Parts: sequence; structure tokens; C-alpha cells
Amino acid sequence: MVDTLTPVLTKNWGQDRAWTLPAYEAQGGYKALEKALSMAPDDLITAVKESGLRGRGGAGFPTGMKWSFIPQDNPKPKYLVVNADESEPGTCKDIPLMMASPHTLVEGVIISSFAIRANKAFIYIRGEVLHVIRRVQAAVAEAYAAGHLGTDIHGSGYDLDIVVHAGAGAYICGEETALLEGLEGRRGQPRLRPPFPAVAGLYASPTVINNVESIASVPSIVANGPEWFSSMGTEKSKGFGIFSLSGHVNRPGQYEAPLGITLRELIDLAGGIREGHQLKFWTPGGSSTPLLTDEHLDLPLDFESMGAAGTMLGTRALQLFDETTCVVRAVLRWTEFYKHESCGKCTPCREGTWWLVQTLAALEQGKGRESDLDLLLDQCENILGRSFCALGDGATSPISSSVKFFRDEYLAHLTHGGCPFDAAASTAFSPAGASV
Amino acid sequence: MTLDQKTHDELVEIAGRYPEKRSGLLPMLHLVQSVEGRVTPEGIETCAEIIGISPAEVSGVATFYTMYKRRPVGDHLVGVCTNTLCAVMGGDAIFETLKSHLDVGNDETTEDGTITLEHVECNAACDYAPVMMVNWEFMDNMTPASAVQLVDDLRVGKEVTSTRGPRLCTWREAERVLAGFPDGRVDEGPAAGAASLVGLEIAAERGWTAPATQASGAADGAPKTSDDPVAESARVEQESPTDTTAAEKKEAK
Ligand SMILES: Cc1cc2nc3c(=O)[nH]c(=O)nc-3n(C[C@H](O)[C@H](O)[C@H](O)COP(=O)(O)O)c2cc1C
Ligand code: SF4
Ligand code: FES
Repeated sequence: MVDTLTPVLTKNWGQDRAWTLPAYEAQGGYKALEKALSMAPDDLITAVKESGLRGRGGAGFPTGMKWSFIPQDNPKPKYLVVNADESEPGTCKDIPLMMASPHTLVEGVIISSFAIRANKAFIYIRGEVLHVIRRVQAAVAEAYAAGHLGTDIHGSGYDLDIVVHAGAGAYICGEETALLEGLEGRRGQPRLRPPFPAVAGLYASPTVINNVESIASVPSIVANGPEWFSSMGTEKSKGFGIFSLSGHVNRPGQYEAPLGITLRELIDLAGGIREGHQLKFWTPGGSSTPLLTDEHLDLPLDFESMGAAGTMLGTRALQLFDETTCVVRAVLRWTEFYKHESCGKCTPCREGTWWLVQTLAALEQGKGRESDLDLLLDQCENILGRSFCALGDGATSPISSSVKFFRDEYLAHLTHGGCPFDAAASTAFSPAGASV
Repeated sequence: MTLDQKTHDELVEIAGRYPEKRSGLLPMLHLVQSVEGRVTPEGIETCAEIIGISPAEVSGVATFYTMYKRRPVGDHLVGVCTNTLCAVMGGDAIFETLKSHLDVGNDETTEDGTITLEHVECNAACDYAPVMMVNWEFMDNMTPASAVQLVDDLRVGKEVTSTRGPRLCTWREAERVLAGFPDGRVDEGPAAGAASLVGLEIAAERGWTAPATQASGAADGAPKTSDDPVAESARVEQESPTDTTAAEKKEAK
């Protein structure tokens, strides 16, 4: 039996000066790199494939398979790009990882670049996290000084340079092709696929783009073997992942567990929903993943079970809201976010998100009528499936799922002539039940 | 007014980090902001000239990203997260309090030029909600009262420390670090805040760990993935939520 929590990536976060090279090496850091450099790159790809690791950035695409799509006979340089844009509302795992243990990521970048035969890698970090950027910059500098980066790494003949790149505020730059545009110094608007980045990515060269947590998981797989990794998790969702609990729970924070743990187990560990309150709705993996309710507490949090429940595992960003929270207010705010972040490239999303906000805002103020709910769902249908990238689809998730589960609450705004909830009761500092 | 030689050289240096100069544009604009206090026409022209593109192209990029400011920013850029989770947990109340306390609206600067207030989107710190950012450093678990104290301290020039980071610098100094010029504060602050460690602490209390390492060797026993990567990828795309848009999925069927 595997334990309920399995700290691997988070294991050293509590250590003194965990971000420094000496602290990281003291707990075995960069040993996996030594081992990887003695292996054939293709065997590394095979190991990652066999581990069953699937992308931790939300999409769940098998990482080893992505790497194997890089055409090695293509004479152009190959690139690894780490997606450290972490901006999906609710998602808060990559940022603490890079702040506490940036070397886990850097070691992962070196091994992964070696596997796909890239000599240049980029870490694209959202710009709004200054101290995290400092820590990653310093880790890269330390790694150069120690000979883990640069030319002839560990005497292997392999060369690698890493550039740490700060973004400038745009949720859409988390979408992998928009990220490449940003990294090429352009407006962050998604590219038409195909060609996929594996064939023509950065500078039209073969490029692997992976999430921070995906790449940070690689050293542990190399060190402990693919069977070790796949001994955790469920049948098709292998390994461990960081689950991020936020909102109306007694101990919000990061919980690293095998995929397939349930929200009930996690809430228990987190000391329950705040005193005197009950769970009302939650996101399994960020605001773009359809909402669930207290009926779904016992579903395994893995890719398949979330898909079967009509939602997605996403980034395991578990935002928990209790019964004091107005779901219409919550959904309106997310929708305003999508409207603001729409890159404007395609009409269904650019115009559609604007209309969604209009309709929702009227409903929230109790100004609409019941047929506006159908109008809202209609508007969603015109965006879903017609948008150029997944941002547009994601914008419809909170709306359609909340109407499905909480139709009456929308109607209550109309009969009440406005929001029937007291927003003050939901706050962390409300006398009604703060956790601190 | 043109940019000084040192800034010009540093912009060239940034462009030189990349296989193609234009890739340096985002960090270059951060450097422009650190020197000029905003993205100025002179800054745009200098970037354009170094990269070899038109000022209009640089301008088009600068207007796309929210961190680039056209109007002068105060000494400190104070952000309140009002995305849903933080808003519900108290971010809305904090933002309202600060607007009236500072007598400014969203994206406005106090008369004394010390503080620019804005609301920000989810800053990947939801487990510390409600969250504020000062010059892109975390201020966790805020209340209306602690928010007022924070801006009052900043206004009188008192030293303030991030709740899980270093002593705060100014917004301009922060922009310089984002451009890739470290300021020596990396070793300040803890490795992690309290919420980042809760799972780890429970695991330690209960003796929970990841499984012990098995002898590494041949990969038998591991589930074999199909040898045909294309068919395998099609299967996975179908079965799992991916980046594929709903439209692409329909097409594939
Ligand atoms: C609007 C949008 C935002 C995204 N934001 C992120 C992000 O912040 N971080 C991330 O890793 N992936 C994000 N993704 C997913 C990426 O496009 C991509 O699938 C991922 O980086 C691949 O890495 P993985 O296979 O390791 O998960 C986003 C996708 C979309 C459509
Ligand atoms: S769906 Fe939205 S974000 Fe994506 S390309 Fe269209 S407008 Fe841009
Ligand atoms: S919602 Fe405020 S930090 Fe995520």
C-alpha cells in the first residue's frame, strides 16, 4: 500500500536554505543528472515513457511521448521550453516549487534537454513573482559555477545553456504556442496547429514545452526508476502530483499525493471545511475545469475519473467554496477574467466573453429574466468548439457547470432583485468563521 | 531625451542572451521601465533600433502585456488580487478599503507619488488568500487593517518585508531584476511559507513517505505504451482532456 501523502517534489521545502546548491546536493541533488549522462538519450525517453508521467500543466499529455515526437533527423537546433507561467486561477504549485527548490527544476531541465538533444533551454516565468525569479536566476548561476551547466557537463561532452526569461503579464502566454510568441518577443497570440511545436516551435525549430512540475518530476524518475513512479497513482494516471487546496478549508496549502486521492481525504487532512460551514462547490483543476459539488467528494482525482464526471483534472487547483459563497458572483468574476485575458485573435472568444460578462452581470444584479439563462448557455455554445484556442472553451466551463448545478441560485437573484448573499460572511476575516 | 549609454549597453546585452535578438524584447522593456518609470517613446525607439524592428512593432508588444505601464508608476506598485478565490476570501473588501484610504481608483497613483494601486489577477498564491503584491513580492493572508498598515508604512518610507520573501525594494528596482540583473536579495526570506508546508508536515507526523526505491533495472512490469507513437497519441488525445480545443476534438472524430 502506498502512503496517503508521498512528498517527493515538496520533500526538501522545509529545509534550511533549501534553494541553495549545497542544500540541494546534501540531499542527493544532481545525482540523477550524473546517472542520466551515463545513459543513452533514447533510453531516458523510454524511461520517462514507461513511468507513465503525464503533463502536469493541465493537459495530461504523456511526457515521454511528447519527447519522442522531436524529429532527431531535423538538422535545426532543438529547444526545451519550461512553462512557468502559472496563471490559471487557483493554480499555485509551480511558484512555491521554484521558490523553495529551484534546483529540482534546473536538474530536470538538464536531464530533459539531454534526452531530447537540446543545447539551449528556456524557463519562461510569469513576471509577477519577483522572488521566485531571483531564486531561479541564482540556481542557474550556481549550476553553471558547479559545472552542471555550460560546456562539457560533468565531462560528458554535452553542452547546455539555460536562459531564465521573465514574462510580462498575460494569462494567454501559458498556452504553449502563445508562450513561444512571447518568447520570440511578440504579442502572445496562439499559433495555428499543426505544425505542432515538436516539429516547428521556437524559431520554427523542434521544441518541447513542458510544465514546471512535469520537468521537476524527471530527476526522481531517473533516480528511482520508472516502476517506482508508476507504483503510485491509478491505472492510467501514474505517479504523484501536488494538490493545492485553497479557500474555505482550515489548512489550505500544498499536499503531494499519488494521483487518485479524493477530495474527501484531502479535506480531512486539511482539518475540514472551516468551522460551522459546509462545502458548496469546488474546482478540480483551476477555473477552466467545470465546477463540482459536495456530491463529488469521493471521486478519485485522476485524469479518467474527472473526465467521466464531465470535468478535468487540470492543474489539481482545488478551490473550495462553502455555502456562504454566491456561485453567480464567483462565476462572474472568473468570466471577467477571461474577457480581460482574451487575446483578441478570434471573434467567438473576443466578442463572446464580452457578451458573457454583460449577461452574467445583469443576472447578478437581478436585472435579467429567466430566459437570459438560456441566452447565457447559448452564448457558451457559440464559444465552445468555435474558439481558436482552449482559453475560449475554458471560459464557458464555470458558466455551464454552475447553471447545471445551481440554476435555482441564478433565479434567486432575479426574484430577490440582486444578490441574496452577504459577501462579508465569506471572507477569511469574517466573524462567521475565519480560519485564523 | 535618449537613454544613457549604460542602459543602452544593458539592452544590447539582454538581446544577446538569445539566438534571435527580438526574443529579448520582454526583458528589455522591463529594463526600460526600471530606468524610465514607464515604457517611454524613447525606450521603445531604442529597443526597436537594437532589435532592428519598427517602433510600431515594439509598441504593439508593449501594449499587449499588463505589466508594461504607459503612465508613470509610483515608488511602489501595490496590487490586490481580486480574482474569484481571493475576492471571496476578502480581496474585494481590501481593495475597496485601500481605494478610499488612498483616495485613488484602480490603476491610479497617490498625489505624493508613492503608491500606484491596482487590482491584479490570480498570482499563484491562492493558499495564502487574500493576497496582495507589492512590486511583485508576496504579501500573504491580508486583512483590510493589515493592508492599510502596509500602505501607510510604504508611504512614510519604513522598511517592509514580504511575508514570505525579502525586504521590499521599489518597483523600479524590481523591474531591473526582471530584466535579468540580480540585486543580491535572493537569500533573504524563507524557502517556503507556512501553507506551502502543510502537507509535508502531516506526512512527517504520520510517517508517510513515497515508496522506497526499488532496485532499478529493466523496465519489466511497467505498463508498456504502444510502439506506434502516432496511434498512441491519437488515443490519448481522445481519452484525456488536452490542449486540444473542443473544435479540434470534434474534427478528429
Ligand atoms: C489559456 C491557457 C493557459 C495555460 N497556462 C498554462 C500554464 O500557466 N502553465 C502550464 O504549464 N501550462 C499551461 N497551459 C497548458 C500548456 O498549453 C501546455 O499544455 C503545457 O505547458 C504542456 O506541458 P505539460 O505537458 O508538461 O503539462 C495553458 C493552456 C491554455 C489553453
Ligand atoms: S480563444 Fe480567445 S485567447 Fe484563444 S486565440 Fe481566440 S481570442 Fe485568443
Ligand atoms: S486567486 Fe488570488 S492568488 Fe489565486
